[in-house]
Amino acid sequence: MSAIRNWLGAHGVMLFGLLVLAYLCTPIVVVVLMSFNDPASRLGYDFDGFTLDNWTSICDPYQMCSSVGKSIQIGLMATGLATLLGSLMAFAMVRHHFRGRSTSNVLIFLPMASPEIVLGSSLLALFVNAGFAGQLGFWTIFIAHVMFCLSFVVITVKARLAGLDPRLEQAAADLYATEWQTFWRVTFPLVVPGIVAAALLSFSLSFDDFIITNLTSGQTVTFPMYVWGAAQRGVPMQVNVIGTIMFVLALSMVVGGSVLRRVREAPARG
Amino acid sequence: MSALSHVPGPTGGTPDVQATDPGTERRGITGYLLMLPGTVWLLLFFLVPLVTLVSSSLYDPSGSLATGYSMTGHVQNYADALSEYGSTFVRSFLYALTATIACLLLGFPLAYAIALKAGRWRNLMLVAVIAPFFTSFLLRTLSWKLLLGDDSWVVNALQALPLVPDDLRLLATPAAVITGLTYNFLPFMVLPLYASLERLDVRLVEAAADLYASPFTAFRLVTVPLAMPGIVAGTLLTFIPAAGDFINSELLGNPRTRMIGNDINDLFQASVLPTASALSVMLMVAIVALVAVYVRRSGTDELV
Repeated sequence: MSAIRNWLGAHGVMLFGLLVLAYLCTPIVVVVLMSFNDPASRLGYDFDGFTLDNWTSICDPYQMCSSVGKSIQIGLMATGLATLLGSLMAFAMVRHHFRGRSTSNVLIFLPMASPEIVLGSSLLALFVNAGFAGQLGFWTIFIAHVMFCLSFVVITVKARLAGLDPRLEQAAADLYATEWQTFWRVTFPLVVPGIVAAALLSFSLSFDDFIITNLTSGQTVTFPMYVWGAAQRGVPMQVNVIGTIMFVLALSMVVGGSVLRRVREAPARG
Repeated sequence: MSALSHVPGPTGGTPDVQATDPGTERRGITGYLLMLPGTVWLLLFFLVPLVTLVSSSLYDPSGSLATGYSMTGHVQNYADALSEYGSTFVRSFLYALTATIACLLLGFPLAYAIALKAGRWRNLMLVAVIAPFFTSFLLRTLSWKLLLGDDSWVVNALQALPLVPDDLRLLATPAAVITGLTYNFLPFMVLPLYASLERLDVRLVEAAADLYASPFTAFRLVTVPLAMPGIVAGTLLTFIPAAGDFINSELLGNPRTRMIGNDINDLFQASVLPTASALSVMLMVAIVALVAVYVRRSGTDELV
């Protein structure tokens, strides 16, 4: 009895932690499993049998693949602009002196602290008041996505910049590099991993956003909006194929990235 | 500093960004130029919309999209919205609070295990924590529809337990909505908790034990206070999105489990601009007020 108690004392936290991880990961298993589901009826959401049909007919459900394309297009464009604007802000905040720093901090922090429904509804109020109620669509989604991705880019790039050793730049300056040369040959290459991480984060935020997109989209259908619509009238199993592909791609990027980092850092450690 | 800066970035970079030492700071116009485009974007598409939202909430309720709205400073909108949707507000905050407490109870042991017990498995466990983000939020929530369905193995297993009624239902109940909220926002609790616990000096806990503190006392008086920044950041990051969410209550709940997000969204879709704006403003104000009081009471002012 006391052996069990000792074991629990030593490993109980880990055991509980693993159970919580199982709770976090079960829905992913369901998504993957459902991508092989052969549904008995359109309205049910149960596993009825195994089939590969969903994988061979991914684009059969009307409008689904075009909605994925739309999400990718918006995601890439919003990520591009948000990453550019956000990185510039991060450089300014870590490396430059300017007035109104704390106000800027609040302005960057607030969108992350606001519920999505408030962000979406205030943008919609603006568009309606500005007379754009009839023109909601691609560009209004783009504007919204750049807005909410921006803050996440700033904090991610800022963290990377603040973690840099300032002596590296001082060394470059000591060796007669101009400010411009120092930036492009020393600072920028060191910050690239932070910028890449920020871009990946903002693409995934944009691709997956529903609440804000739903309020600013008009007739434009992104993938999350497609899933939402489908949830009301019967979910085609192909959405789970898309979900599985997303999962595998993102997982391989994260794992690949960390392997790459380890390989690169290995020689430095000797 | 923002509460969010406690979340380790995907690069696992330094969690805390402090003001740089003045030696590396450059003066001149460049700083302003770098800040300009992003600041303009945030002003135009975050701050101006918020102001517009407040003014829209004071429009005359008789207007419509077709006829236009007139600004009459109709404060009555708030009273009307509150009397019609007040109970939904209370329900939303109750659900969000319950989900936040559940996240803390589940997330703390997990973060503790990853930070202090996982050893070489630490990175693998961290990837598992963020793995849910790799696939769609809506699809994951839909999976709970399957998992909590009336004939699912979860429900069947629970029904087999003693003291659980055989006609137990989970789907379309408040429990299902709270389960979904807890699930969806749990990583936002675990990551900041992990960032705090990872920096915890284990020797302090050992010192407490040496001074005859029981494990529980050491936990209460040493571990928890040191993890406080993570607890505050985590609860805020969980509570705020949970309070405004309507996806979980729509997909997993029933008409009696509607949250305020459902109503705001539906009213905007139906173009009932003044009432919808008033509700949205009230949600924002309530959250900002709660956050301010909470951050002050927990004594971690430096978070925001």
